[in-house]
Amino acid sequence: MATGIKDKVAIIGMGCSRFGERWDASEEDLLAEAFDEALADAGIERAQIEAAWFGSGVDGVNVGNSAIPASTALRLDGIPVSRVENMCATGTEALRGAAYAVASGAVDIALAVGAEKLKDTGYGGLPTPFKGAFNDLWLPLGSAPAGFAQLAAGYRTKHQVSKQDLKRAIGHVSWKSHQNGVLSPKAHLRKEVSMDAILNAPMIAEPLGLYDCCGVSDGAAAAIVTTPEIARSLGHRDFVTIKAIQLSISSGVESTTDAWDGSHVRNTRNAAKRAYAEAGIDDPRKQLSLMEVHDCFSITELVTMEDLFVSGEGEAVRDVLDGFYDREGGGVPCQVDGGLKCFGHPIGASGLRMAYESYTQLLGRAGARQIPNASLGLSHNLGGVPYLGIAAISILGLHS
Amino acid sequence: MDFGITAVGAYAPRLRLSRAAIAAAHRWMAPALASSAKGERAFCSWDEDAITMAVEAARDCVPPEGRAGVSSLILASTTLPYADMSNASVVAGALDLREGARTAEATGSQRAATSALAQAIEARAEGALLVASERPTARPASAQEMQQGAGAAALRLGTGELIAKALGAASVNAAFADHVRAAGATADYAWEERWIRDEGYAKIVPRAISAALAEAGIPAGELAHFVMPSPIRGAAASVARTVGFRGEVADDLVAGCGLTGAAHPFLMLAKVLETAEAGEKILLVGFGQGADAIVLEATGRRPAGRGVTGALADRVPTEDYLRMLSFYGRIELEWGMRAEAADKAALTAAWREAGQLSAFKAGRCPDCGTIQFPQLAYCVTPGCGAHAERFEQVSLADAPAKVLTYTADWLSYHPAPPLVVGFVQFENGARLLMETVDADPAAVDVGLPLRMVFRLKKIDARSGFRRYFWKATPDGVAATG
Repeated sequence: MATGIKDKVAIIGMGCSRFGERWDASEEDLLAEAFDEALADAGIERAQIEAAWFGSGVDGVNVGNSAIPASTALRLDGIPVSRVENMCATGTEALRGAAYAVASGAVDIALAVGAEKLKDTGYGGLPTPFKGAFNDLWLPLGSAPAGFAQLAAGYRTKHQVSKQDLKRAIGHVSWKSHQNGVLSPKAHLRKEVSMDAILNAPMIAEPLGLYDCCGVSDGAAAAIVTTPEIARSLGHRDFVTIKAIQLSISSGVESTTDAWDGSHVRNTRNAAKRAYAEAGIDDPRKQLSLMEVHDCFSITELVTMEDLFVSGEGEAVRDVLDGFYDREGGGVPCQVDGGLKCFGHPIGASGLRMAYESYTQLLGRAGARQIPNASLGLSHNLGGVPYLGIAAISILGLHS
Repeated sequence: MDFGITAVGAYAPRLRLSRAAIAAAHRWMAPALASSAKGERAFCSWDEDAITMAVEAARDCVPPEGRAGVSSLILASTTLPYADMSNASVVAGALDLREGARTAEATGSQRAATSALAQAIEARAEGALLVASERPTARPASAQEMQQGAGAAALRLGTGELIAKALGAASVNAAFADHVRAAGATADYAWEERWIRDEGYAKIVPRAISAALAEAGIPAGELAHFVMPSPIRGAAASVARTVGFRGEVADDLVAGCGLTGAAHPFLMLAKVLETAEAGEKILLVGFGQGADAIVLEATGRRPAGRGVTGALADRVPTEDYLRMLSFYGRIELEWGMRAEAADKAALTAAWREAGQLSAFKAGRCPDCGTIQFPQLAYCVTPGCGAHAERFEQVSLADAPAKVLTYTADWLSYHPAPPLVVGFVQFENGARLLMETVDADPAAVDVGLPLRMVFRLKKIDARSGFRRYFWKATPDGVAATG
């Protein structure tokens, strides 16, 4: 019987580049920025890394396919380096690869690193991905916001919420993240935005306006993992361990059968149940100290509150408007670093950036945005679209 | 046994541009256009062409259960998208005609459709499906731009229960260059109207009519309906008088639709057959480097589909002249870098999945009953996983459906923004993400009834290959937007 990876893997170093429109930096530069910080934090030498997982999401920009550009950028000489890609969930996928390598005993120290250089495209938003020879012959075009905006129609219908009330709730989601982004030195967008501006912004994909959509950013993040025993032997006293990493991927049920009502993300629910079981969490609303969720769009964050079983079904609108997810709202603070919305969303880095915030909070290093007594942080990283996608959840906690 | 027309169908694009809007745009250089600025013209959306309109007219003509009885398909048009790649075979695929149905194009003249009809009558081609479809193009500020429309009409021929009996047909040929349009050109080069009227219509058409009437064995005085399209005002009435016709000259449909080139004789005939009384004789004329004349007798049976009247009532009116110019490639708008996406389609994949793509075939799992699109190797139902080779094929083209989720996407590149996209839930349980066309985004909501239409998905700019697939559209008469 599998026992999962709870407390089998310690994170001894993390790094995160400044996110944003990094006109100054190539993807190689961004990788190095995150890697330098992670190495210094871990207190190890490059040569101690025995294997690495590199995540990047979008072919057509960035550094090209395979792991070679990353191993070259970071001068990882002669060790196994794998490139992983699972759309926007790529960062968590990289962490999972490194964690499993350590948990299996295959290596002592492994690196997970993710990066994305999106601002070499010449326009805002994401490039249109190739969906496969057959799919490209029938699947409609459609931007990422169009994929997620449909959740609004499904959610409204299921829970009988008016268009106006839902717009206001998702507006608060973005308002809160902008408040947090101000306190986040490496974040892309560090400005407060008024509810008026949010509610009256130009429409991107109804009902999502400009401020309902996350930043399109350049950035990189990295984690160095090992076993708790080696962590101690390297002199780390208080450190963070991985309590759970779980993924769920669509098999076509949502997009092909009538078993899904369009109001939620089935993969998140699947992955959350397994992650809570792996981590030994039975009441996430009480036990979680903070959450970094995949707020690619405000509506996504809203339904995610229910999909993670933190808000009851149909209750996310009320919780959001009550400030339950605000940094000082007395509930479970969400997007403390600004989230994808304001910290930014360089695809391949995002899952690791979420883990970086949990890690920073758990170690009490978060400065002005520090959550008191943080002991358990959840990262929720989505790839694809709600009906054909990937949910990746990782839970980090202080090692006891 | 009597032979004739057994079914009739029609289609016109929903988009209708007021002619006043066209005239207003050209007032600075062609003020005379104001005199013809009456009514509205149909124009194709960016994703409609002679093929897609032909499919819709044929669907109106022959319901799915009648398709197996179609022995051949003739597609008549002078604006077919492909010069070499059977346009008719694309239509046949969308209609799911049987493999043995013969397909061919009739083209090269405004009377392509009437010539095909005359031939089919002469051959007594049982089960022949004749579809005439046209997406005419003209230069901005031309009289043609004002006069033209777009549309298609379909006739099924055979014996049995007739809507109209064929009494006789005759043709004359004459290389009379009233206008020319070279291969690949997007506008006609037309000679003086007065010459075309006097030397063309007045002299050539009566010769074909006389021969047809002689074959039918009736005098012109017995004709009740005179059906002859012409871009020259009064030409039909003048020819009718010349040959001794005393009945009603058929509505030229210019006011609500516009001329539809080679499709127009069928479209006008389809309209007449909606009201012609039993026993009334109809003369159908096609003119273009000669003439065809066909004499029919109405039986009083009515076409089963929504017909011309239904198609013209289903309209999305607009005053946006530039929208039409953009859809017809007459102006190049700034679409941004998002429009640069690669558009090369895998022709191999298109052929492998032809059943799913053209006839919109979903698969019904024999084990769990789930109807699914797309059909991959295994059944989608968790725990079932039956192999797809065993699936029963079920077309979604005519299956009732509703909106499950939707959004109006202003970010994606789309030639007619916003892209209305979302999940379509079929009553039979199938669902898929689809584009919804001809819809006012404000009128779309969860639960809105939808029907399926065959449309262009993308044109590969380099190869010219056209991806066609099915899209959803609000059922019933369009919500105006």
